[in-house]
Amino acid sequence: MLISCDLHSKAELFRGIFGLNKTVVELKQVCKDFGEHRALIDISFSVADGEFLSLLGPSGCGKTTLLRLIGGFEHCTSGSLLIDGQTVDQVPPERRAVNTVFQNYALFPHMTVFDNVAFGLQMAKKPAAEVATSVAQALELVQLNGMERRRPAELSGGQQQRVAIARAIVNKPRVLLLDEPMSALDHRLRKLMQKELKQLQRTLGITFILVTHDQDEAFSLSDRVVVMQEGHIEQIGTPMEIYEEPLNLYVARFVGDINVLSGIVRKQTGPSTYQALVEGATVRLRSNRPLSLAQPIHILLRPEDFRLELEQDMAESQDLSAKFQQARLKGTVRRVFYHGATYDVEVNLESGTRVQVTEFFDDDSENLYFKPGDAVALGWHEGWEVVLPHE
Amino acid sequence: MNKSALFRRLLIGSTCAWMVLLALIPYLILLGASLLERGAETLVKPGLTLANYLHLLSPAVFSMAVDSIGLAAIAALLCLMIGYPFAYILTQASHKVQPLLLLLVMIPFWTNSLIRTYALVMMLKADGVINSLLLWIGLIDEPLQMMYSPLAVFIGLVYTLLPFMILPLYAALKAVDPRLLEAGRDLGAGRLQNFCRITVPLTVPGIIAGSMLVFLPALGMFYISDILGGARTMLLGNYIRDQFLVFRNIPMGAAASVTMTLAMGLMLFLYSLAHRRSGKEMMQ
Repeated sequence: MLISCDLHSKAELFRGIFGLNKTVVELKQVCKDFGEHRALIDISFSVADGEFLSLLGPSGCGKTTLLRLIGGFEHCTSGSLLIDGQTVDQVPPERRAVNTVFQNYALFPHMTVFDNVAFGLQMAKKPAAEVATSVAQALELVQLNGMERRRPAELSGGQQQRVAIARAIVNKPRVLLLDEPMSALDHRLRKLMQKELKQLQRTLGITFILVTHDQDEAFSLSDRVVVMQEGHIEQIGTPMEIYEEPLNLYVARFVGDINVLSGIVRKQTGPSTYQALVEGATVRLRSNRPLSLAQPIHILLRPEDFRLELEQDMAESQDLSAKFQQARLKGTVRRVFYHGATYDVEVNLESGTRVQVTEFFDDDSENLYFKPGDAVALGWHEGWEVVLPHE
Repeated sequence: MNKSALFRRLLIGSTCAWMVLLALIPYLILLGASLLERGAETLVKPGLTLANYLHLLSPAVFSMAVDSIGLAAIAALLCLMIGYPFAYILTQASHKVQPLLLLLVMIPFWTNSLIRTYALVMMLKADGVINSLLLWIGLIDEPLQMMYSPLAVFIGLVYTLLPFMILPLYAALKAVDPRLLEAGRDLGAGRLQNFCRITVPLTVPGIIAGSMLVFLPALGMFYISDILGGARTMLLGNYIRDQFLVFRNIPMGAAASVTMTLAMGLMLFLYSLAHRRSGKEMMQ
């Protein structure tokens, strides 16, 4: 497993693989201040033609400000923003080849669905016949044909969102900006719309930039994810990179459950292998990031990365204990949570640290294998750990 | 019965009693009077008739009514033309300045409108403030004749009724979601196109409300036409006042009053109908 130290090398690699060479949007050291408040700090990244990029972060992290900047509703305090290689700092929203699906959809309540979707084309002074054809096509794409004469108030939330999408894509923008478009939909509809959105992006081949605070949404839709916190970028990468190789504790904690163990490097045993004391046990670690002797470290493990066995089973089986050669921590089962296909086991380590382990049901056993009070051995699949410097 | 329920009943009851005693009963008397004949000695004499209402359709009265409606409509239009930009600028002003500007709009309300109309005379008369100023600057060589003209009446009506136009327009403009204007710009509309395609259509209820609030009182503001327009009968209000107080023809005045009230009621009804329909459309 590779640990990426350079944010951009992966992006280059990614573009090479997918043949996406043309950059549509480029941000260079963009900063944005609102009075004393620094909303965006030194934001630099580029978005390739046809890419689906997500801006992921908690509310207030600056992701919406960034989207509004690209849309033209805010201006950079410093740095520059390029669309198709042209600086657009002086270009107002109405003259940018960018359209937005707003969070609350912002449909024009006094216009019919047809007029809403036709608005952009009419502003571009397209002939009426062309407008009618384009609107019909756009409504077809979002499966809303037959609704032309309705008003937004007569539509359901999901239908309103489709109108908002049709209204934006009908203009054939270079980039489609989506500001938390699913936040008002219920869970089932959200899942459906996510699928449709992804399909739509493939059909149209337009670059999509999606703002979301929902990690599942960002991961399932995007080619790349930009994880943001307090106005700066924490990590840019494919969903897999971000999940499996988080660059820091913040990213690791933000994207899904994670266990953080503390340790200290004892010695280097190979080019990228080390021996370390982790939670009171001596373990072997793999790290592409160079570590120095006596360096305090964090070891990050997803709940599903662990191996967990009963101590009494370990004593009986040589094969089993062989799997724990590289790491064997001792602990006691505290609680067990049933989730259907999986169950979570909460383990108190001897060092006092509490970890959460996700286990899959054994096919031939109907009972939960672990119960509170069991003495257990905890290890992990070799090389699945992420080692970070202590923060 | 608990205390708050009692209090509520008292409150509603007293309001109802007030309305019945001071609005409904006088109005019924007026309605009754409009169906009677004018008496020589007494004010009215018994005998039901519709003659008063028919007289309203006589050419002289009818053309006066049409003129009056035209005058009020022009006053409403002028108020709209002045009030809309004013209200628009008001909503664009910073949030600190807005309450102050609104206060300035409302302060004249605190002074009796009759007194303010006399104050206007001071401004408009031959040796008034405006003429003196223009003479002093040298723009004119002799005083402009502004008093006792339709112009003076329009100035008076617009001056008195402008706040009734500005306030509903301000409320309507305030209610326009700025995100809709952002969406408009996102879709390629410039500021002017945004204004015509989004802001104005969304403030139509405010435009109608403001126009009604100016138009209806403008029909009846007899003292403005009296003071600023001279002795000519220009407004329906003047006609009604004259029937009651000058010609002592109470049935005739009552008939004109009732007709005007019915016309106003009809307009308000149509407005609420339109408002409810557009309200349904706006609902999101």
